[in-house]
Amino acid sequence: MEQSLKETIRQDPKKILGVNPLDAKVSLSYLTVAFVSLLIGGILGLVQGLERAGLIDLPSWLNYYQVLTAHGLLLLLVFTATFSIGYLYANLSHALGGLLPKVRKFAWVGFVLMIIGVAMAVTMIVLNEASVLYTFYPPLAAHPIFYIGLVFVVLGIWACCAGVFINYRHWRKNHPGQVTPLLAYFTMAVFVLWFFATIGVTIEVFTLIPWSMGLVETTNVMVGRTLFWWFGHTLVNIWYLVAISAWYVFVPKIIGGRHFSDKLIRLVVILVVVLNIPGGFHHQIIDPAISQSIKFLHVFMSLSIAVPSLMTAFAMFAVFERTGRKLGGKGLLGWLKKLPWGDVRFLAPMIAMISFIFGGAGGIVNTSNQLNQVIHNTMWVVGHFHITVGVSVVLTFFGICYWLIPYLAKRKLTPKMNKLGIIQTVIWTVGMIIMSGSMHIVGLLGDPRRTSDTTYGGHEAAAGWIPFEMLFAVGATLLLIGVIIQVYAVFNMMFFAPKGLTEYPVAEPEDDATPAPMWTERWGLWIVLLLAVVAMAYVVPIVDMILNAPPGSPPIRTW
Amino acid sequence: MQHRLEEMWMIVSVGILVVFMIIIGYQTFAMGMGPPSHSETIDPQKVEETAPFDEPGVFETGENKYEVVMILQSFGFTPSNIEVPVGAEVEFVMTSKDVTHGFQVPGTNINAMVMPGHIQKISHTFDEPGNYLVICNEYCGIGHQAMSTTITVK
Repeated sequence: MEQSLKETIRQDPKKILGVNPLDAKVSLSYLTVAFVSLLIGGILGLVQGLERAGLIDLPSWLNYYQVLTAHGLLLLLVFTATFSIGYLYANLSHALGGLLPKVRKFAWVGFVLMIIGVAMAVTMIVLNEASVLYTFYPPLAAHPIFYIGLVFVVLGIWACCAGVFINYRHWRKNHPGQVTPLLAYFTMAVFVLWFFATIGVTIEVFTLIPWSMGLVETTNVMVGRTLFWWFGHTLVNIWYLVAISAWYVFVPKIIGGRHFSDKLIRLVVILVVVLNIPGGFHHQIIDPAISQSIKFLHVFMSLSIAVPSLMTAFAMFAVFERTGRKLGGKGLLGWLKKLPWGDVRFLAPMIAMISFIFGGAGGIVNTSNQLNQVIHNTMWVVGHFHITVGVSVVLTFFGICYWLIPYLAKRKLTPKMNKLGIIQTVIWTVGMIIMSGSMHIVGLLGDPRRTSDTTYGGHEAAAGWIPFEMLFAVGATLLLIGVIIQVYAVFNMMFFAPKGLTEYPVAEPEDDATPAPMWTERWGLWIVLLLAVVAMAYVVPIVDMILNAPPGSPPIRTW
Repeated sequence: MQHRLEEMWMIVSVGILVVFMIIIGYQTFAMGMGPPSHSETIDPQKVEETAPFDEPGVFETGENKYEVVMILQSFGFTPSNIEVPVGAEVEFVMTSKDVTHGFQVPGTNINAMVMPGHIQKISHTFDEPGNYLVICNEYCGIGHQAMSTTITVK
């Protein structure tokens, strides 16, 4: 008996002891930074909404574009990256029986580097030395410290990548002939993408640093922009991959079911990793200097990402139906009623999934040459990413909090907290429908994005946009209420909820499921394919942009 | 059963994507509706000394055909407040003197990125009379929201 207890502790210590406190500390620290960023970013979001609607006037020391730059950086980069790392490191620790001490060190080094980087970048934004927005397109030139801060953030992410790769390799070595647990598989995929996504933007930033210091006179603006979107759109699919890891692995367990075919899940992961990076080009469909045939190739490359998404849509609804029927749901749609709608751990990711139907459809519009020309740089695009990132991804993240944080903090989710979570989810959903819906419509009417005031001297074409901009402010107000509730819930569950053990809701395969084939573990091959796709997509246009480059642009400050 | 359904789902949905691609390709390459993609470069620091931008303006090039040679800069368009007759087919030839700008006319399909170092072209036939708003739709600095002009069609 004593022997077997010892054995269990060695094999799977979590079963008896819960999470390793040292691993939990890593994840909780990342999640703390994530939700502090969410709070600040959320407040800045409302400030923008009110300024845009003409309801407030910002003081002279703070301008709309500073607020917008900080909002984008804090939410799109800091919130999503720190949340993903906290969540994925917890998954890795859970799936592989704890992090290696060395890996934990990498995670802490990453943490410190990212904090330093964000502090540098944000300081420059606050000082109005970097009002270049999240995309920092050259020749807008920020203070060199802004770019150096970004380098630190990337180094931090790379440290986290290295940690994951080391732990994964260690497990593989010690478990020959076994496929890695699904959660570790997803984690590996996300960090492979993080690494290859950040290469493009790192090259860009390294060319911008000497240029912004005046050591180099000019820069190639077209190449910079292209390298940015290599990163920018891959980041989108990093969020997406993180979100679907929860859909595939945790949601089925929460509703009392089993996960979909292990093999299909891994195939989806491989497709997302391999096909991902060229998607960035659809941000440049109406750019000069990229031929129509290259742009057409990229319509294909962007649309190909829809294929794994369609597989996911099928798989998830199949799991819902199967589980609902198993629980006694009758008739064509009776199984829907059997799903636990009152459980925030289900409701939040479920709404996230439903909204992805609209987000995905909008994405197909964005990537289609001619349709893109209608909506490019209009509020439509802002509406699109508020429904994709802001709902499909963020609501999934919020839903994860209600079991992950109690688990890590060795506390419990109370029914009261669950109820608050449901209220939060509803407020968030309504806020986003109002805001994102009105953004989509007014975008079709031509209202431009990233503009502090769109009255244009009272021109009649712009007058019709104003009522919709009022709706942005209404939606943004609800969303800030949602942010405040969520941040309260997160810190309550972290520090004040009743002590107890919370389950890590990992779904099991069906009884008759065939195990995933070993070839899915061939990361070397997937990376070679990823590089081949990147080469197909980027070599021709980038070589063209460099060989046929105009004289470069000097750094310019227009704010 | 489920396997069969999944196959059908994938065939139908991927089929829709393929049809979609064919339509986009046909419109782009057969009907000339592709997005603005002009490929010609210029020294961004010598725009005003380089033809045709040494003489920006509106030029009649044929029967009710016009060419507008335009410089975009923070925070304005040169020339501004353009006038053309109803039914005019207008080709805009544009470049930027400083940062990246956007050229958009709400209510039409005119939407193009205008970048320093590159010349961008986009055409439109103005069939309806009216006063069209022209805006920059890419953030270009503190006065970005003021960067607008008009095209009067009469």
